[in-house]
Amino acid sequence: MTLLRRILLRLLTMAITLIGVAIIVFFVIRVVPGNPIAMMLPPGAGEEDIARLKALYGLDKTIPEQFVIWLNGVLHGDFGTSITSRQPVLKLVLSRLPATLELSIMALVIAVILGGTLALTGTRRRGTRTEGTIDIVNGMALSVPDFLWGLVFILLFGVLWPVFHISGRVSPALDLPFVTNFYLFESVLRLRFDIWADLVSHMFMPALALAIPLAAIISQLLKQSLKETMHLDYVTLSRTKGYGENHVITHEALPNAVLPTLTLIGVQFTFLIGGTVIIERLFSYEGLGNMAIDAVINRDLPLIQGIVILFALIFTVVNLVVDLTYAALNPRLRNG
Amino acid sequence: MADARGLVKRRAGVRLWLSASWLGLLVLAAVFAPLIAPQDPLMQDLFGARLPPFWEAGSDAAFPLGSDSLGRDVLSRIIYGARLALGVALIAGTLTCLIGSFLGLIAGYFRGWPDMVISRLVDIWMAFPPVLFAILLIAVLGTGLSSIIIAIVVIDWTRFARVIRAEAMSQGAMDYVASAQVSGRKRFSIMLAEILPNVLPTIVVLLTLEMGIAVIVEAILSFVNLSISTDQPTWGSMISEGRLSIHQAWWVLVFPLVTLFLTVLSFSQLGEGLKDHFDPVLR
Repeated sequence: MTLLRRILLRLLTMAITLIGVAIIVFFVIRVVPGNPIAMMLPPGAGEEDIARLKALYGLDKTIPEQFVIWLNGVLHGDFGTSITSRQPVLKLVLSRLPATLELSIMALVIAVILGGTLALTGTRRRGTRTEGTIDIVNGMALSVPDFLWGLVFILLFGVLWPVFHISGRVSPALDLPFVTNFYLFESVLRLRFDIWADLVSHMFMPALALAIPLAAIISQLLKQSLKETMHLDYVTLSRTKGYGENHVITHEALPNAVLPTLTLIGVQFTFLIGGTVIIERLFSYEGLGNMAIDAVINRDLPLIQGIVILFALIFTVVNLVVDLTYAALNPRLRNG
Repeated sequence: MADARGLVKRRAGVRLWLSASWLGLLVLAAVFAPLIAPQDPLMQDLFGARLPPFWEAGSDAAFPLGSDSLGRDVLSRIIYGARLALGVALIAGTLTCLIGSFLGLIAGYFRGWPDMVISRLVDIWMAFPPVLFAILLIAVLGTGLSSIIIAIVVIDWTRFARVIRAEAMSQGAMDYVASAQVSGRKRFSIMLAEILPNVLPTIVVLLTLEMGIAVIVEAILSFVNLSISTDQPTWGSMISEGRLSIHQAWWVLVFPLVTLFLTVLSFSQLGEGLKDHFDPVLR
């Protein structure tokens, strides 16, 4: 199978997945009890007003009809209008997306640094007490999900030893000169390191909570692959050439041991992004996930749809990129 | 090498025993809750609100772990909360396991179009953020114990289906299955009689892990106030309330959080311990 065919096949399954997600969400949220129209009207509104508003949001048609209309809109870049804020869904969702992306990427970076360091240390000190400790820490970090780590951090670093902010994305008192919603990125570009520091101090706890389970997975798998690679002949050869143990690990073993970990990171990254939903809620971080929970509570059907589809799109794109990177890095798959 | 194996085995044994003891303790607490809980978990007393735990000044011996902002006893609420947590773990975990494993076996052993349908469904499911999916389902189904259980089953069946499918596929390629097929037995009976016993260890491990996940999902739903009615004590709702009064009464958050932490840790350590136990290399 050539690379091109592989890409086309993946794009096709991606489209099927996205349509499947759209259909499921669309039908599930339309059986939600609780009438969004009733919530919008003042008490005492007549039957006529209700009918008019229903027609305005297309809720008077059958569900399959509504789906076709909605799908047609989506293909033209129109995701409908939010019922609670009366703004276009696409605009609302895109305004929150940068916050969630920055949080997820920061968490990924923390996970890679933390997991990588633990794996390298564990390999350098294999067979010692240090390695045993790392194994135990990994086991614990893997067993406990991000939600609980978040709560633990709120207690430790928000209350007992308040060094980080545990609520919000940025201090409300700060005057933000930004034109995009990528605050963290833009603050660096504008050399506003005061704002950057404030942003990081807000993001660090939720990002760390998201990162810990992934860091443990990285550490475990990378350490295992490194240990296997360290027994290979070419590594022994480079040792006999007189290279130090650190050099052998980082320059000889690591490049060959890192591939399985890279694939795993890709898959696990989608789980991490899924975790932002509850972590954003926990830390009152103004991202997509927090908005999604509000949308469900307010029965804002168009907004829920838009957010779920966007999440599904992100997940499938990440998976596609991982797959293609893996194919490009692994010669056996490139031509096989 | 033999030494290392012994070490791993011993460590696995300790893990198994520690986590099994904690879970056993919880089961006892849940079963005998009315006998051991010092107070009625719902009784409010605004004059006895935010009593600190027993070792701090101003505590009341009748409220060993203190009381919350409505004067309800924290220890009694944790004990009664164990009933719901373990109930959800057991029922939701088992149902998820049955449905997911069955679909996984069908997909992995029969291949063909059942596999196509099931695998495509798994793909679609994996594209949903699970927590958002759960919240959405609860909004649809309404709050309550059965809604939580349904939500967990609907979201998590893929965990079993994916792993069991792969296992059933590799078992299906083995000689013993081929010889069973040659002898003319029905494929469905081969699946249940030959494949199932061989993937059972994996199913048991996954089930243990799933129980821990079910406890967490219930806590997350309680945390966003979407679990069950407010007059039943749950660890998640205690955590949610404790989060709000964290600066005035840390114990309202800390004790249920520690309980939840230990429970989730125990379920997963039990699962890991069982995995090592079933592993023929270590045995």
